[in-house]
Amino acid sequence: MENVQKKIDELVKSKDVLLFMKGSPELPQCGFSMTVSKILKDLNIKFHSINVLEDEEIREGIKKYSNWPTIPQLYIKGNFVGGCDIVKEMYQKGELQKILK
Amino acid sequence: MAINKEELLKLLKLGFPDAEIKIDDLAGDNNHYAASIKSSKFKGKTRVQQHQMVYASLKGKMGNELHALALTTEEK
Repeated sequence: MENVQKKIDELVKSKDVLLFMKGSPELPQCGFSMTVSKILKDLNIKFHSINVLEDEEIREGIKKYSNWPTIPQLYIKGNFVGGCDIVKEMYQKGELQKILK
Repeated sequence: MAINKEELLKLLKLGFPDAEIKIDDLAGDNNHYAASIKSSKFKGKTRVQQHQMVYASLKGKMGNELHALALTTEEK
């Protein structure tokens, strides 16, 4: 279990913009994951994504890592930004665009 | 894998006694809700912290019995 947390920590810190989601940006498997990847695409943000459906350890581990019970989860420069509701709200208010500059 | 609206409201009220709470059952299936919560407990907290507080009040139900809860939190 500790190894998973370490692996997640390394992953999160290795990418500028990292989205943990269900499915892929091309083929999202959940409406909330689709919304967040659409927003990032719409802003022309280059991002990496991890499909949690392919890795049960990561799927459960990421919820512990951020103390956040749901997927998707967006990380920018190593920091947890939020799930679908927060990303949407930040996008609508122009805040996401600012921190991604 | 569902939770009814009354139970959801009860848990939120316990967690946020002073809050103005509005809940919508989005799909009519007791599994997809939208809630907006206005509470003084959110003062000085980031959005992530505010949502974490709401999830904590649901005692592990979020992501399990409850699949979807679109949240809007606001300071009172």
